[in-house]
Amino acid sequence: MTPLRRRRGGSAADRFSDAPLDGSLLDVGDVKTHFKTERGLVRAVDGVTFSLERGKTIGIVGESGCGKSVLSRSIMGLLPSNVVRHGSIHFEGREIGKAYTDTMRDYWGTQMAMVFQDPMTSLNPVMRIGNQITESLRYHLDVTKEYAEETALSLLQSVGIPEAERRLRQYPFELSGGMRQRVMIAIALACGPKLLFADEPTTALDVTVQAQILDLLQQQQRERFMAMVLVTHDLGVVAGRTDEIAVMYAGRIVEKAPTRSLFAHTRHPYTEALLKSIPKLNQRSHTRLEAIVGRPPDLVKPPPGCRFAARCPYAQPKCLTDEPPLEDPGEPGHAFRCFYPVGSDAGADALARNLAAGETASGLPVKKIGEIVTTGITV
Amino acid sequence: MAGTGTAHLRDADDTLLRVEDLVVEFPAGRSGLRVHAVSNISFDVKEGETLGLVGESGCGKSTTGKAIMQLPRPNSGSVVFEGTDMTTLDGAELRRTRTRMKMIFQDPISSLNPRRKVEDIIAEGLNIWDTGTKAEQQAKVDEMMLAVGLDPALQRGRRPHQFSGGQCQRISIARAVVTDPKLIICDEPVSALDVSVQAQILNLLEDMKARYGLTLIFIAHDLAVVKNVSDRVVVMYLGKMCEVASPDLLYEQPAHPYTRVLLDAIPVPDPSVRPDDRPRVAGEIPSPVAPPSGCRFRTRCPKAQDVCANTEPEVSEVHPGQFVACHFPLAPGETLPVGNGARPI
Repeated sequence: MTPLRRRRGGSAADRFSDAPLDGSLLDVGDVKTHFKTERGLVRAVDGVTFSLERGKTIGIVGESGCGKSVLSRSIMGLLPSNVVRHGSIHFEGREIGKAYTDTMRDYWGTQMAMVFQDPMTSLNPVMRIGNQITESLRYHLDVTKEYAEETALSLLQSVGIPEAERRLRQYPFELSGGMRQRVMIAIALACGPKLLFADEPTTALDVTVQAQILDLLQQQQRERFMAMVLVTHDLGVVAGRTDEIAVMYAGRIVEKAPTRSLFAHTRHPYTEALLKSIPKLNQRSHTRLEAIVGRPPDLVKPPPGCRFAARCPYAQPKCLTDEPPLEDPGEPGHAFRCFYPVGSDAGADALARNLAAGETASGLPVKKIGEIVTTGITV
Repeated sequence: MAGTGTAHLRDADDTLLRVEDLVVEFPAGRSGLRVHAVSNISFDVKEGETLGLVGESGCGKSTTGKAIMQLPRPNSGSVVFEGTDMTTLDGAELRRTRTRMKMIFQDPISSLNPRRKVEDIIAEGLNIWDTGTKAEQQAKVDEMMLAVGLDPALQRGRRPHQFSGGQCQRISIARAVVTDPKLIICDEPVSALDVSVQAQILNLLEDMKARYGLTLIFIAHDLAVVKNVSDRVVVMYLGKMCEVASPDLLYEQPAHPYTRVLLDAIPVPDPSVRPDDRPRVAGEIPSPVAPPSGCRFRTRCPKAQDVCANTEPEVSEVHPGQFVACHFPLAPGETLPVGNGARPI
């Protein structure tokens, strides 16, 4: 691809006008992002493959440290210098996996944009809201100042900020957390990106504001026919709002399926465990939660075999030595990495064997109290 | 409710804490205006009970927790703990009482001193009060670390940065329980944690409560979490109480429109529930510097009428064990209109 320079030959958006409209928007192939540290190579993302079509939404779910944020930053090209990158990332058919920041600058804003978790630290505290929105418009789209200001105003109105005209002249500290996140969304949408990353967009917010922000993201995504990657640790957040979900654990996708199928026919024990650990409103109070014991493995030295084996109630000797591949043996499109999947005879037998032995192959104590299978030592 | 009243207070011998007409106000800069953080809140906690305080940011739930500890002292109202009014205590007496009443904070990492070892952090309360010999203190620290699921032999010499957020919260719990308190005020103890770790900490709190005979005040904004741990829930809004009931009753038949709003905002891990079909409340919590007249929730309430602006609702019992401060409480099964039905602020 020829190097593109700002403000030559029209705006950045024009340069993508020859992009094919069919086929997937984003193709991620065996992406590995490893960080060089004093302790060794941290395998934050370790072989992730997925693709995303135009106008579709994918949810990426996992615990802290599973690599979900690093994955979206790898695609955006927002990585520090101590990184080793492998694999391919195709955006509209163009390879951007190894692109330099200069090249990526043409993608940011007009092609892909990101909404970050913490709206206070991602906004510039000494810059007026209006200028923060017009900045990217002026940079990427080569428009007049007046046009940029009008657009900023209509953007603020479209993200549901009351008294938008006054807000344009305010600073971030004058806005509440929810309002700041709306401003972040307005900035991300300013140049009409085809792909929006929302990295834990509501984790710092109250439940009522969380619902408002998620509604807003979904509404904008539909109206603009934009693809969206929604990154979160809460399966509840992605349940009604995504077409597909990829569950990540220790740098890998362990289960990937259309949203309905993932919830209706959960196959991977980690996905099952994540679902069970959410407190449900329809449970009586003081219902004991089924927590996942322990912590994710050290990504400098990931264990051989299945990376979830040490915390899994189904673990068998095979899980400690062989790593299961990501395959969809049953339903097409519903892929998972497990030898003893949930809802299969093999899985049921494995669990029964572990319950009879009182521990799993990795030595994790497991027993049944009532209908609940508990792992770890109970007090 | 967003109102006042004391109809929900219980007359019982085993009441551990009774808070009446608590008012906390702060000056708003040099403007001469005042931030009405908590306005006439009353509740009581029985021994062995878990009381949930729930509401959005800015509803005064954390301020209430701190005012019970007298940090800072409330502007007015009484906080009777084990038969003594905390607001009348001073100096050593107050500090001595505080060993019986502990707090766990939201951010587990910043609430631990990064330069101290875990064993010193946990032992500090014992040190200050010279409880037992050095060896006894050491044994007590080890017991606490084991109880919260940490390995004393391996981890007692480590510093907070060597632990994950969930483990730091375990250390905070050990530090709170070590002085043998009666009451622990948990201020959003799981909001900063992942769902999987959240479940571990909630289970741990339940275990510690049973093992050490604790009474808990559990402050959070997520009603699903509060429901899981509580025996009685107080829903707060902008410094006022809305509804007081058992969590199961609150969930089955919320009587205050705001409780309904909080329930509907919780994300459901079920793709067949379309979030668009659920009622939403418009806008955000108004400024506590100039709270709305009458019922403070009226500016966002889809059921608000003229009377709500003029008269503040009082707490009254709508069903046995369910108290609500609202002029138009919801009937069992009643839902709010879908979409942003509320008037803009």
